[in-house]
Amino acid sequence: MIPESFEYHAPQTLAEASRLIAQFGQEGKILAGGHSLLPLMKLRLASPRHLVDIGRVAELKYIREDADKIQIGALTTHYQIESSELLKQKCPLLPETAREIGDVQVRNKGTLGGSLAHADPAADWPAAILALGGEVEARSESGSRWIPAQEFFVEMLTTTLQADEILTAIRVPALPAHAGEAYVKFAQPASGFAIVGAAARVVLDDAGAVAEVGVGITGVAAKPYRAAAVEGVLRGHSPTAKRIAEAAAHAAEGVEVNADLYASAEYRTHLAAVYTRRALEKAVERAGGK
Amino acid sequence: MSTKLLGERIKRKEDPRLIQGRAHYVDDLKLDGMLYMSFVRSVYAYARIKSIDAAAAKSLPGVLEVITGADIKDQLGLIPCAAGMEGLKIPKHYCLAVDTVRYVGEPVVAIVAKDRYTARDAVDKVEITYDPLTPVTDPESALGKDSPRVHEEFSDNLAFVAKLEAGDWKALEADSTLKIVKQRLINQRLAPASIETRGVIASYSLGEETLTVWSSTQIPHLLKTQLAILTRTDESRVRVIAPEVGGAFGSKLNVYAEEGVACYASHRLGKPVKWIEGRRENLLGTIHGRDQINDLELYVKPDGKVVGLKCNIIADLGAYHQLLTPAIPTLTALMIVGCYNIPNVWVETKGVFTNKMATDAYRGAGRPEATYIIERGMDLVARELNMDPVDVRMKNFPEPKDFPLALPTGVTYDTANYQKTLKKVLKLAHYPTLRKEQERLRKKGKYLGIGLSTYVEICAMGPSSRMPAGGWEFGMVRVEPTGKVTVYSGTSPHGQGEETSFAQITAEGLGIPFDDVTVYHGDTSVVQHGIGTFGSRTTAVGGTAVFRATERIRKKMARLAAHRLGVKPGDLEFRDGKVETSDGSKSMAFGDVVGEAYYARQLPPGVEPGLTEQYVFEPANYTFPFGAHVAVTEVDAETGEIALRNYYAVDDCGRILNPLLVDGQIHGGLAQGIGQALWEELVYDENGQVVTGSLMDYALPKAHQFPWFDTQTTETRTPVNPLGVKGVGEAGTIGSTPAIVNSVVDALQHLGVRHIDMPLKPEKIWKILKTVDGRQ
Repeated sequence: MIPESFEYHAPQTLAEASRLIAQFGQEGKILAGGHSLLPLMKLRLASPRHLVDIGRVAELKYIREDADKIQIGALTTHYQIESSELLKQKCPLLPETAREIGDVQVRNKGTLGGSLAHADPAADWPAAILALGGEVEARSESGSRWIPAQEFFVEMLTTTLQADEILTAIRVPALPAHAGEAYVKFAQPASGFAIVGAAARVVLDDAGAVAEVGVGITGVAAKPYRAAAVEGVLRGHSPTAKRIAEAAAHAAEGVEVNADLYASAEYRTHLAAVYTRRALEKAVERAGGK
Repeated sequence: MSTKLLGERIKRKEDPRLIQGRAHYVDDLKLDGMLYMSFVRSVYAYARIKSIDAAAAKSLPGVLEVITGADIKDQLGLIPCAAGMEGLKIPKHYCLAVDTVRYVGEPVVAIVAKDRYTARDAVDKVEITYDPLTPVTDPESALGKDSPRVHEEFSDNLAFVAKLEAGDWKALEADSTLKIVKQRLINQRLAPASIETRGVIASYSLGEETLTVWSSTQIPHLLKTQLAILTRTDESRVRVIAPEVGGAFGSKLNVYAEEGVACYASHRLGKPVKWIEGRRENLLGTIHGRDQINDLELYVKPDGKVVGLKCNIIADLGAYHQLLTPAIPTLTALMIVGCYNIPNVWVETKGVFTNKMATDAYRGAGRPEATYIIERGMDLVARELNMDPVDVRMKNFPEPKDFPLALPTGVTYDTANYQKTLKKVLKLAHYPTLRKEQERLRKKGKYLGIGLSTYVEICAMGPSSRMPAGGWEFGMVRVEPTGKVTVYSGTSPHGQGEETSFAQITAEGLGIPFDDVTVYHGDTSVVQHGIGTFGSRTTAVGGTAVFRATERIRKKMARLAAHRLGVKPGDLEFRDGKVETSDGSKSMAFGDVVGEAYYARQLPPGVEPGLTEQYVFEPANYTFPFGAHVAVTEVDAETGEIALRNYYAVDDCGRILNPLLVDGQIHGGLAQGIGQALWEELVYDENGQVVTGSLMDYALPKAHQFPWFDTQTTETRTPVNPLGVKGVGEAGTIGSTPAIVNSVVDALQHLGVRHIDMPLKPEKIWKILKTVDGRQ
């Protein structure tokens, strides 16, 4: 459990970090909370020559409300999200998701940005960010851009971040009226990662029909995804138990389903439907629907 | 101040240093000039070693030595196996593989370097060419004539056959009124996975020609002897120290290759050499536990009385024998009748070689398997006869007056009251109410399970006549000139808390404050000799030695005080820091009596100066703690997930010296036993590769997965030792596993489910539900 040797850099500012990352290119890796990258390094599955620890970059640690959006700095820890009063009010899906991550120690060290950039296909955050229709901010020395979550995840451990870019912030919509959110997870008993994690966000119209719906699913396929087929069955319809179940049955549609020691593809497909249904039921109930 | 200490809930002496991170484990020790060792391990389950090219590793700056099996096979002895049984095949077990590797993780090359990073880097630079062979992974087909052999030196893969037969089987098999209840049970392979992995520092002094070894071990004294033999060093020049040991669960009751190689390397280089096991190495190359296939048949009278038990045991031993590998499954046969006096017993145990890591003692060691067999069996009997599982057990329990009870398995249970623990746990769990709730929920399509387990285990190991290397234990008490008291024990506690309970024994015995007593163990140069900590023996056997040594101190001090006070020694009591007559009229301070011994000016004739006494306790029998557990589970009909709702346990470990320590052992034991039932499984694939080689895959139980444990005790003392204690280190693990499985099977019984093998993974349950109720 000893990594290969590497050079350690600890920039104090984002500008300095960006310069280092640009300089090292493929030989560099950004270290945030260290709960995804360090285990890989100890197993020698990752061996970056340069480790750029952005832990001292204070400007990346914040949670703030900006009109009808919530913006969160990439270095905000899972625990800070879990315990944020602002988020409990304005985007309850995030604290609910944070609670499902690892254990207290992990939540005190691991960060939202680090987890998203790592893009573990069974991590919890991607499901929530996808369901919310969130965006992530990528910055480099040449500027910054906002990437919609749906375009961010490419495949296992791969995102659309460029080698010189740092993930700096996450932006999600604040909870409107008549809306509800929920995250439910079937955890792998050893790692605690999701065998299936389903996040749902539902906004109802005045008639009680589904005006907006977002479903993000993690753990099921090579990358977390937005379950468009599920959303399609619900959108514009009254969220009856029957319709929710019908919609949820499409949870694993169009993806190649993972299989491992703890869940075959068949079982995972079944779990995806059940957990998606449960997430939707909760979200609808919280939105004030039936 | 009262000096009553035994039975009190006293906080552990060990805890402040452990909790505050001040304790020293092997890896905390740094010696001048210390070097680090790393191992290249086999990536094949079975292969010939064609060539080893270590040139690149040797040329890495900082690498001092690269050691192969060929280098040391004539310098170091073989890894010892202490189990002696008739006809046992003992393969040659070198410290580093010679010519052939036989399991994934087997050490092949050792590298010594100036730091652990260099040592690890060098591992990647060693090129080994293998010629892969067909591995033997399934213990049943390993017994077939056509199976490849793990050891070509033997004619087959059968390491031993042990038979146990008692009663009149002819009569039994002719009796057509008996029902025969049959079931195959799989007891899966587990990894002990203590929080602290193994680790060793060997330091050979070229000047003094002495070998000092710090090892994370449960048996420093036995290790000293074995390392002396292995390294061919005069035993008088070997010292073994077990510093703080962060858990072991039986896995450190052993002599390992890495210990031998570290000694060799230190001797060769004249510097201390440290090796700390990584977690993956720990899961691959530290002994595993369990791994048995049990084919059970119970012969039952129509009224539920079980009169015969037949069991075929196939034990997967792995590739080589570690210290007690072949002995462990024989403990299963020894305890297979559980709390029931079944007169006719027939057990055949086959130990089988496979291309896997050795199995050996893991918390419970053979008895969890026995308890699982008989407790699953009793539930199957209940089901067959449509009886309540409680009634079947009550029907088959011996009465308290029947003890001591000689069993056909060859052991004699000391004392018990099985009815009392069972009744108590049923009351604690509100059993009749639970059954009604279960009925109600079933009507709503919800599955509530109520699982019972009534166990007895064998502890306080043990009489030397039945142990491979002595079953006695050593204790010594020295009263220092200042009146402080030092206790020395040959046991080697590693988390159990005997520094506390032994201090209680001696402080109460001498009527002095608990804080005045310090307990030492685990260093062969500090403690004269000993056996170690395993088999729930430390308090029952080691504590008794301390108790008896304390009595000897009392006797001597009473004689000294009586001489000064002009009374008879028998008139004196030790209380509140004084030695005095019962009416208090004649009294000496404890410290003044100590002064008499050391200043030695007015000693009675024939009394030697000083105050040091020792005792070696040899137990006449094992002890047999017991208990009754109830597990309440809910099965999610849609996903097969299991929620453990309540856990109730009533345990009887004889006299309780410190309820806090008992609680700790029970809680930890329950977690491990429940872990086996629900989550844990060390998986090898058909190529002999370990699928669960990290804690991301091997599902150790975690605190948040458990409900509150509702535990109580009863106290049935044993006459086997003067303290009346039986032992509690393994009870929780032994009792809980069948309670969980019985509970989940009970939840689904009305759907026709009869048995589910462990671990009870949700997918398994889901598949069963799909077939039985057509729901999905």
